[in-house]
Amino acid sequence: MNVSYEWLRAFVPFEQSPGELRDLITSHIATVDELVALRADLADIVIARVVEEAPHPDSDHLHVTKVDAGTGTLLDVVCGAPNVAAGKMYPFAKSGVTLPGGLKLQKRKIRGAISDGMLCSARELALGVEQDGIMELNIDVPPGTPLLNALPLGDTQIVMDVGANRPDLLSHLGVAREVAAVTKKPFALPEIEGLSLTSPGTVTSPEAASASGIDVRIAEPDLVNRFMGVVIRGVKVGPSPEWLVRRLESIGSRSINNVVDASNYVLHELGQPTHAFDLAKLEGAAIVVRRASEGEKITTLDGTERTLRDDMIVIADAKRPQAVAGVMGGRDSEVTDATTDVFLEVANFNPRRIRNARRALGLSSDASYRFERGVDIAIAPRALERVANLIVLLAGGRVEGPAVDLAYTPATPERIPLRTARVARLLGETLGTDEIEGYLRSVGFDADRTGDDFRVAAPTWRGDVTIEADLIEEVARLRGYDSFPVEIRPFRPGALGDDPQWLTSKRVREALVGAGLLEARPMPFVVGGEGFVRLTNPLSEAEAYLRREVLDTLARRAEYNLARMQGDVRLFEIGSVFTPQDGELPLEELRVGVLVMGRRAPAHFTDPKSPEFEQWAVYDQWDAKALAELMASAIRPGVGVTLEESDDDSAMWAVSVGDANIGVVRQVSLDAPVWASSAFGIELSLGVIDSTQVAPIGESAHRPAVRPSPVVTKYQPLPTTPAAEFDLALLVPDSVRGEQIEEVIKRVSGKLLERVELFDRYVGQGVEPGHRSLAWRLTFRHAERTLRDRELDARRSDILRALSDELNVRQRN
Amino acid sequence: MNLSEYVSEADAVERDGAAALQSAPDLDALEAARIAFLGDRQGRVKALQEALRGISKEDKPAAGKRFNEARTRLVSLHDDRKAALERASTGVARDDLSLPARRQWRGAKHPVTLVIEEIEGIFRELGFTIAQGPEAETEWYNFGALNFPPNHPALDAHDTLYLEGQGLLRTHTSPVQVRTLQKYEPPIRVLIPGNVYRRDFFDASHAPAFAQIEGLCVDEGISFVDLKSTLNAFAERFFGASRTRFRPSFFPFTEPSAEMDVQCGICGGSGCAACKGTGWIEILGSGMVHPNVLAAAGIDSERYTGWAFGMGPARIAISRYKIPDIRILYDSDVRFLEQIAE
Repeated sequence: MNVSYEWLRAFVPFEQSPGELRDLITSHIATVDELVALRADLADIVIARVVEEAPHPDSDHLHVTKVDAGTGTLLDVVCGAPNVAAGKMYPFAKSGVTLPGGLKLQKRKIRGAISDGMLCSARELALGVEQDGIMELNIDVPPGTPLLNALPLGDTQIVMDVGANRPDLLSHLGVAREVAAVTKKPFALPEIEGLSLTSPGTVTSPEAASASGIDVRIAEPDLVNRFMGVVIRGVKVGPSPEWLVRRLESIGSRSINNVVDASNYVLHELGQPTHAFDLAKLEGAAIVVRRASEGEKITTLDGTERTLRDDMIVIADAKRPQAVAGVMGGRDSEVTDATTDVFLEVANFNPRRIRNARRALGLSSDASYRFERGVDIAIAPRALERVANLIVLLAGGRVEGPAVDLAYTPATPERIPLRTARVARLLGETLGTDEIEGYLRSVGFDADRTGDDFRVAAPTWRGDVTIEADLIEEVARLRGYDSFPVEIRPFRPGALGDDPQWLTSKRVREALVGAGLLEARPMPFVVGGEGFVRLTNPLSEAEAYLRREVLDTLARRAEYNLARMQGDVRLFEIGSVFTPQDGELPLEELRVGVLVMGRRAPAHFTDPKSPEFEQWAVYDQWDAKALAELMASAIRPGVGVTLEESDDDSAMWAVSVGDANIGVVRQVSLDAPVWASSAFGIELSLGVIDSTQVAPIGESAHRPAVRPSPVVTKYQPLPTTPAAEFDLALLVPDSVRGEQIEEVIKRVSGKLLERVELFDRYVGQGVEPGHRSLAWRLTFRHAERTLRDRELDARRSDILRALSDELNVRQRN
Repeated sequence: MNLSEYVSEADAVERDGAAALQSAPDLDALEAARIAFLGDRQGRVKALQEALRGISKEDKPAAGKRFNEARTRLVSLHDDRKAALERASTGVARDDLSLPARRQWRGAKHPVTLVIEEIEGIFRELGFTIAQGPEAETEWYNFGALNFPPNHPALDAHDTLYLEGQGLLRTHTSPVQVRTLQKYEPPIRVLIPGNVYRRDFFDASHAPAFAQIEGLCVDEGISFVDLKSTLNAFAERFFGASRTRFRPSFFPFTEPSAEMDVQCGICGGSGCAACKGTGWIEILGSGMVHPNVLAAAGIDSERYTGWAFGMGPARIAISRYKIPDIRILYDSDVRFLEQIAE
């Protein structure tokens, strides 16, 4: 929303500069995004007096002059304008100044005479098209005064961010009303010189009336909140006067012709959209407000043919739609140079209907923008009168009354209770009853007071104010948010513990960062298909589905890195995955995904330089297994983690904590260049995210707050006796799993066994085919005494016997 | 021997010993010097130790101290000289310790996580805990319960991604306000970080998915002053000593609504390109919880009042770390993720 500083000043005699006004508006009314200085291109133009003038000796039309531009010395200027005269004042551009057209002036000789600057015409300053020479100024200011200070040419456009709740601020009237309230100045509609203030008289009816021979009719109830119209005959369409062109330019609007400009001017002045139809183009001397028929067509003012739906409203003549109600007029009945008679429509439509039509047509206009948000229903008669009189002032003709006013029933505003005590309670600061009343009245509220409380009627333009809290906001902002103190007052800390999944995420994140991994936060959209959650309105087919696995996203991110020659990828992400559920929200689960590939540490000069080492130095499944164990124990601290070999080929291990399977470790296939090493992925669940309705609408289902109890590991006394160890090198058939052997070792060894450590695996020479050699180091300890050799020997032979009997595993010699 | 005689003897032993040890040209000479001074049998240090016996009881501590100093110095001189001579004799120079360390990969949290955690830390001190909720939400939690009128222009800022079948991707973290209010009785002070979605094309300054962080405080007697003071305290901690400003705004789920700015850190408030000449940078939206939101969650708005706020950690991250294009946050280039590790 653009408003003009000067236009506002025509309403309210405030003294604030544009910058000060911006801060006031932002603090009390609505945020000002930007100030745009208009005609900044004239900033360097000054007013100068021609002191001497003589004909140029070498020219029959040039003049040589001496100009006082307030610089202290007289400047020599050559001028070609016939109207240059000594003693007169003109706009002047010194050498070095750039004119609005982009021309940079330089001191130069014109036919032998020095010219140090230029006396300017209106056209050269982009101030009009007058051609009869330079711009003579009948003002009395010292030479050197900037032109913008002396003439009302400059202005500042105030770009406001108006919330969807404040359509009243979509006009100069609305903003001026508030500026008047916060600057404590009176405000009044700007006077327009020569404007008639007569009213055409009005005929009211629920659905039909005649306006000077035009039958105006509303086809069915509830199509329109109010519909006014009046006929103006004998206009002469032409250009608008300078002041009007400039007003429209000041808010970024372009002048079209005097009739259309009158309508636009009032739109921005009062916030009421109006539309003028060329009466000659309307068939059947009728204006009908009706539903469009499905598929009906209209070419709108922008030249586009639109197909209408039957939930849209049109303003039609006896035959065809001539405007899409509240959105845009039709091209057929557009006001043109040939127009002499017009029908002026001033209506008020239901915001939802206009919003639907605007969205369905993909057609937004100044009118639809305002109607969607709500136009003051009471402003219509004033707007009609002002546009009509303005048309007559600018384009001649006469208003042929009476105007018609259909479908309007004034509503008695509901009184909203407002308690002074509640104001203090909500705002945290006690305000006087008089002070509260003052703020409300300053912006048009009617406050009916009983004791310390009020019953308040909102003005017709403030449909957004319906409850007590709305009124309290009015009081707070008009007083100024900055007027409330900043002091931390006593408070009760929150009763809830942290969300358990948040705590889990945190533990997992810390563990993975500690393990040297990098956290990614990409987006969950994937190229999906059957079994994936699909978006109904995706931005593109590549982002049409939600992922089922975090690894899917991480794989794409790994490929992104590989494409940039980054082969050492070690990413993790904690985020949601989604599974479709019939007739319900998707099942949403919080997951952590890890993808590692490439070197497991930066290269070091001490690293062995061998092919074996190169192979060893990159992430492999054993790293992935370790990361999975780390993550799983971070997910459920204190609960046993198991990684079981997966039955199916898509995964290497299934990861469990306690009895719960929480995910997998697997190799990840990538679209990868040949130099890339294998990628390993881990995907574990942090639990389902509850998305069920907590309680029915309007109800609560309060439950005791959960405070998670931390898992505490208890101290174990450190041993004081020495340990004893021996190694077992075993020849293991391929059919026997390592964990089976460890199970036997542990069972047979009993409680004195402290640690079992696999320290070697060997396949090759000396090992018979179908076998591998595995070597374990076993550590034993008795808490109270030193173990004897024969105790160890006995255990060794017991273990070997059991391994041989149960698993056919022998000691390797 | 009296004390002063003993001390001068110790001085002599130390001086002679130091000279002999330091000037030993090779390991043999050093060993000879060691025997002469530090030898267990005839070493002069040994003799000095034995001479302690003849010192009177009251002088013994001082003499013992002097003896220890002398012996310690000579032992260390011997060891240093020995190490130096050994290095020289084996021909191995001291290792080139300027060579790089054997490093591990450095892990890092995502910049947006760093910002969220910092915000979380500040609000924790102010009595807040963390609440969470689903990203796939119902229309009611995302809009209806938050007092969005159906088909209202306020929805224009929430261009929504809808899910086939049912629901939508939440456009803000505010649904978690309603879920929390329905679940737990006040006092409620929760912080709600999470991902939200808008139907925005992915470009240098927009993304269809981004992080948001929301706060909610509901209890008896909570006022606008509490809102201002708490958010001001946050801004002081997070942005340094800069000033804040509150200005009117509109959100369907708060009334009154306010946006908070902090004074522009680049120009100090005088106006520059970064703050569009206003001297202020927009940080967050906030307001007193709308009575309709409390009512939707079954909370008595006469008894309880509250305030809420929301802000974008990604926006803070890109301005803090001077990231020129928001897409960099999503690309997950390992070189970028390694860069910003705190």
